[in-house]
Amino acid sequence: MSKLLEIKDLYANAGDKEILKGLNLNINKGEVHVIMGPNGAGKSTLANVIFNNSEYTKKSGEIIFDGENINDLSTDKIAKKGVFMSFQNPEEIPGITTTNFLKVAKNNIDGKPVKIFELKENIKKNMEELNMNPKLIERNLNVGFSGGEKKKNEILQMLVLNPKLAILDETDSGLDVDAVKAVSKGIDMYKNDENAVLIITHNMKILQNLKIDFVHILIDGKIIKTGNAELAKEIEENGFSKYKK
Amino acid sequence: MAKANIKDINRNIYDFKNADNYDFKIEKGLNREIVEEISKMKNDPDWMREIRLKALEMYNKLELPTWGPDLSELNMEEIATYVKPKSKLNSSWDEVPEDIKDTFDKLGIPEAEKKSLAGVGAQYDSEVVYHSIKEDLLKQGVIYTDMETAVREYSEIVKEHFMKCVPISDHKFVALHAAVWSGGSFVYVPKGVKLDIPLQSYFRLNSPESGQFEHTLIIVDEGASLHFIEGCSAPKYNKVNLHAGCVELYVKDNAYLRYSTIENWSKNMMNLNTKKAIVGKNAQVDWVTGSFGSKVSMLYPMSFLNGEGAKTEYTGITFAGGGQNLDTGFKVVHNAKNTSSIVNSKSISKNGGACTYRALVRINENAKNSKCSVSCESLMLDDKSRSDTIPVNDIRTDDVIFSHEAKIGKISDKEIFYLMSRGLSEEDAKAMIVRGFAYPISKELPVEYAVEMNNLINLELEGSIG
Repeated sequence: MSKLLEIKDLYANAGDKEILKGLNLNINKGEVHVIMGPNGAGKSTLANVIFNNSEYTKKSGEIIFDGENINDLSTDKIAKKGVFMSFQNPEEIPGITTTNFLKVAKNNIDGKPVKIFELKENIKKNMEELNMNPKLIERNLNVGFSGGEKKKNEILQMLVLNPKLAILDETDSGLDVDAVKAVSKGIDMYKNDENAVLIITHNMKILQNLKIDFVHILIDGKIIKTGNAELAKEIEENGFSKYKK
Repeated sequence: MAKANIKDINRNIYDFKNADNYDFKIEKGLNREIVEEISKMKNDPDWMREIRLKALEMYNKLELPTWGPDLSELNMEEIATYVKPKSKLNSSWDEVPEDIKDTFDKLGIPEAEKKSLAGVGAQYDSEVVYHSIKEDLLKQGVIYTDMETAVREYSEIVKEHFMKCVPISDHKFVALHAAVWSGGSFVYVPKGVKLDIPLQSYFRLNSPESGQFEHTLIIVDEGASLHFIEGCSAPKYNKVNLHAGCVELYVKDNAYLRYSTIENWSKNMMNLNTKKAIVGKNAQVDWVTGSFGSKVSMLYPMSFLNGEGAKTEYTGITFAGGGQNLDTGFKVVHNAKNTSSIVNSKSISKNGGACTYRALVRINENAKNSKCSVSCESLMLDDKSRSDTIPVNDIRTDDVIFSHEAKIGKISDKEIFYLMSRGLSEEDAKAMIVRGFAYPISKELPVEYAVEMNNLINLELEGSIG
């Protein structure tokens, strides 16, 4: 197994508040991981800290991606190394169409000019698979998109940018059945032996159609239990109360 | 260092300067002798000479504004109000002296003329050095010429309109303008004639420690239609330059005028400009304004909706960087029934720059069933920058629909983070957000200026980092 992401004893704050308190996590290529936990456990903080969001501060610990310590890399450099994050609340950016944005992002991530025709074909194919309205691509990025359209657009970006590690932060929250299906289909299309997925969620809907390798329970800034897909089922039935202090 | 160098090279589009090769530069300062000398050099008719002298008296009487940006750096004793370039008025670029032609080439004027304009005027310092208009427009009776020619050849119509829309008593710098005005454009579009491509006048101030006082007078007769573009720029000097132009627009019944401005003065410029429009029955004037340059700007285009059903729209963007204090806005007076106005203003300030949106909406008693909607948004890119909104709403009838929306905000860290997570550098992310903020305005600008504006936003932001 080749290691992709290794998080060692990570402590991090949001403002003055300590959120992550000694978190450890290993993800190898070819694996799908799920982190579950109650609200406020630190799930979204983890995603943001991996991506070096300046609203959070790392206190100690190490994040190693693809053999390199990325603790101090800026967000764009981390993205260029092959990490992607699907946002819980994708931002609306007026003035640039989704197509043009994907072109700019792809150029940056790949570090070379993308071939427009190939890119457009790629976008078109993926939009069909995700059952997206083809007109969205000519609209400004996320502007006036419904919640479901925004989430699908995140998955579209994941497919087009083709990162080594995709972190999906609460991608399933607030989605209807159709959108949940499209999202899990997108994850399925993306997944291969060379990349990995980290799904952050507090519900099960999205997991039903996916092959999950590991489920981690995050409580109060630490992973307190790791298991297989069965663990997710148990949580669905019994909730987190058993694991809370 | 590399970044600063790139910025300098690119800014050279505006910052290059020619030697101060004038034919005649009047002594600095302002007094009766100077005004009379300008009048004599221009062979003014008596009525014009009288306006100049009356305006000078008015200038001496009026006080500096007690509100707005600090103007104490402006010393009229240090400003030459008239600089005659070494060129006559030409109708072919080949006849324009090399250094002046080169200037306008760099600014892209002759090229734009070939591609997308129906006529061009180009002013260098105090005089217009080139003017052209397409043959077929001449045949339709369209007049587009420099102001001096208009005073000579269309004196009745000029006399009837000159300083009537903007009275010389309006404020101190209008009086100054009327006393020493030189250059500018005159446009007359006859009844029912619709121009489908724009006319453009470009004003370039090259001479240090001088002022530019061009006068633009446009009459769009009944049922006619025109898009007029003005551009302006100057190289940067250490001492203050002054721009106090005046624009008078007469939009007759059922006529349409779109007046677009890209102002890119250098950062030693005091830009104290005045623009007003009188709008007739069912007529419309639209102002589109991009203000990027100058050290201080005080500029508030104004529409008088005097005819029933008259309309006006103001779409403006202001971008203030370090050391700039740009005080801009829009004024509208609703003077008749069923009139409507729409204001859409955006400002961006960064690196210690200050933007103020200062505006007036007046709806008089007789303007029943009128509508006015105002939206102004400001974006500050850092903690050093300033943004203010100072609207005055004076509404004297109940029978109106009026809305005012103002938003002042800082650039969103969440948006920056989102874009950086897609591989964009912090600078690129900020530029993309700012362009997005500006987009509703930039899409209204003539296309080449919209591109230029986006480039400016890139340059300005690059300069502001590190």
